[in-house]
Amino acid sequence: MMGYALRRLAGAIPTMFVIITLAFFMMRAAPGGPFDSERRLPPEIEQNLKAAYDLDKPLVRQYAIYLGKAARGDFGPSFKNKDFTVAQLIATGLPVSARLGLWAMALALLIGTTLGILAALRQNRWQDYSVMSVAMLGITIPTFVTAPLLTLAFGIYGITLFGQEFSLPVGGWNNGAWRNMVLPVTVLALPQIAIISRLMRGAMVEVLRANYIRTARAKGLPATQIVLSHALRAAALPLVSYMGPALAAVLTGSLVVEQIFGLPGIGRYFVQGALNRDYTLVMGVVICYACLIIALNFLADMIYGILDPRVRLK
Amino acid sequence: MSVPDIDIAMPEPRGRSLWVDARRRLLRNRAAMAGIIILAAIVLLALLAPLLSPFAYDEVNYDLISCAPGWWPAEAACSAPGHIFGTDAIGRDIFVRVLYGARVSLAVGLVATVVSLVIGVLYGATAGYLGGHIDGLMMRVVDVLYSLPFIFFVIILMVVFDRNFILLFVAIGAVEWLTMARIVRGQTLSIKLKEFIEAAKAAGVGPLGIITRHVIPNVVGPVMVYVTLTVPTVILTESFLSFLGLGIQEPLTSWGVLISDGADQMETAPWMLLFPALFMAVTLFCFNFVGDGLRDAMDPKDR
Repeated sequence: MMGYALRRLAGAIPTMFVIITLAFFMMRAAPGGPFDSERRLPPEIEQNLKAAYDLDKPLVRQYAIYLGKAARGDFGPSFKNKDFTVAQLIATGLPVSARLGLWAMALALLIGTTLGILAALRQNRWQDYSVMSVAMLGITIPTFVTAPLLTLAFGIYGITLFGQEFSLPVGGWNNGAWRNMVLPVTVLALPQIAIISRLMRGAMVEVLRANYIRTARAKGLPATQIVLSHALRAAALPLVSYMGPALAAVLTGSLVVEQIFGLPGIGRYFVQGALNRDYTLVMGVVICYACLIIALNFLADMIYGILDPRVRLK
Repeated sequence: MSVPDIDIAMPEPRGRSLWVDARRRLLRNRAAMAGIIILAAIVLLALLAPLLSPFAYDEVNYDLISCAPGWWPAEAACSAPGHIFGTDAIGRDIFVRVLYGARVSLAVGLVATVVSLVIGVLYGATAGYLGGHIDGLMMRVVDVLYSLPFIFFVIILMVVFDRNFILLFVAIGAVEWLTMARIVRGQTLSIKLKEFIEAAKAAGVGPLGIITRHVIPNVVGPVMVYVTLTVPTVILTESFLSFLGLGIQEPLTSWGVLISDGADQMETAPWMLLFPALFMAVTLFCFNFVGDGLRDAMDPKDR
């Protein structure tokens, strides 16, 4: 297990390196520098500014400096939000995004697996068909359509439930009050619920046909125990390997969701940074995202290794 | 002595090829056929857009700002009977803009898919056919690229090169080729062991000839399925970027731009959001149904 972990970890380093390199040279290839404003700066001041940001040095040297600093978690000051360093901005935004993403993943896993198991147990009956058609909807309709539509239904018109007008705030973070979280988390979770329930159904249908399940049935175990402890362990395997891509999808989804609901997460900083050409901020956020994805992929691999001993031996 | 031509004398025994079988199964799949028909209708509407509406896509009318269509059931501040989908915040006709948006979205979908198809098929077939260390190295590159959060790089590209229209096609296509390469490589690995490849080698055909003439035609099936599933992904990616303000720029439009504009105004003018969202959702649905139908048709054991 240790060797497997080390091999995986060694694979992550070149990926990280490629990401930083690509991001760095792409940003530097941009026509127009960060100090091109309407008002021309006096040459001396521009010179000093460039020196302060190391922009006067040759490109390769800048790259080396950036690599060294990034390895220590120092992404430099933000070009546009002058009073903040990129690390500070990420530190304020990340908890918001993380909370949003984790709740969405938890919700998606809970509902997705439940629906998937239900569909598999009632294969080719109406329960199966209805779960699968709802899942199709969830996969095809993108976040930036569901977000405004749900806002329209629950935030603006308000839906009457049990004789009570029921409406949710349409935006703002409000220090993470649950009422503000409901809509963004739901929107983020919907496509994942759809994908997870499809994966779960497929895996479960296959596993339920396996011989060891028949054995368990034959020896008279209760159906719930067979499904939840015998079948679920094997059926969860494709789900575990989907966790990496799922995380990436939630991160990209959060770009849209944070924008629509006006939440102060890193996704919003990233989009604003991209629109304002805030090079350092954009690179810092990309590297931060990449680290997250790689770390979670690693974690998923480890869990996979624990659940399925065969992959460790390869 | 001449050989009698038996083909004329005997009724030709008609074998059913895999393709005929696949087509028959596809024709019987009602969801997929409905998808194809609706898609064809949307494409036709998009192509004929200038003929179908008396308004131009960038025709501004300050007398009709955010007006509801004439048939709108709810109460609206102003109504524009001539505009069947209503008008937007500067009085442009939404119907014609949705159709022009369809043009851009479908064009991006097709072009980017073709880019990914060409790169992916050539790369995958080469890696699979050559095998050994070269294959290992080429697929290692794909693995590394696979774990990159690519959408962020597309965003950086769009920032760096100022939302260049052509680049958008290429950038999205360059992201999508990875899966294609994997599929094609897998297929190639199994095809290259077949007898007809051996026969081609014996006849003196070079590696390039074998890849282009014998390997690639035989991976068409799975690739076609993946293509129909790539087009909607690409349309989604483009709309996603446009929604964030990083894609298509005014006065040109795409579904993402329209949905983004509509989301800003949905409290007062929900038609601005509903129609583009509806068109896009239906298109994505249809592509998915066609893709699923094709997969079932090509590989019946998968059902």
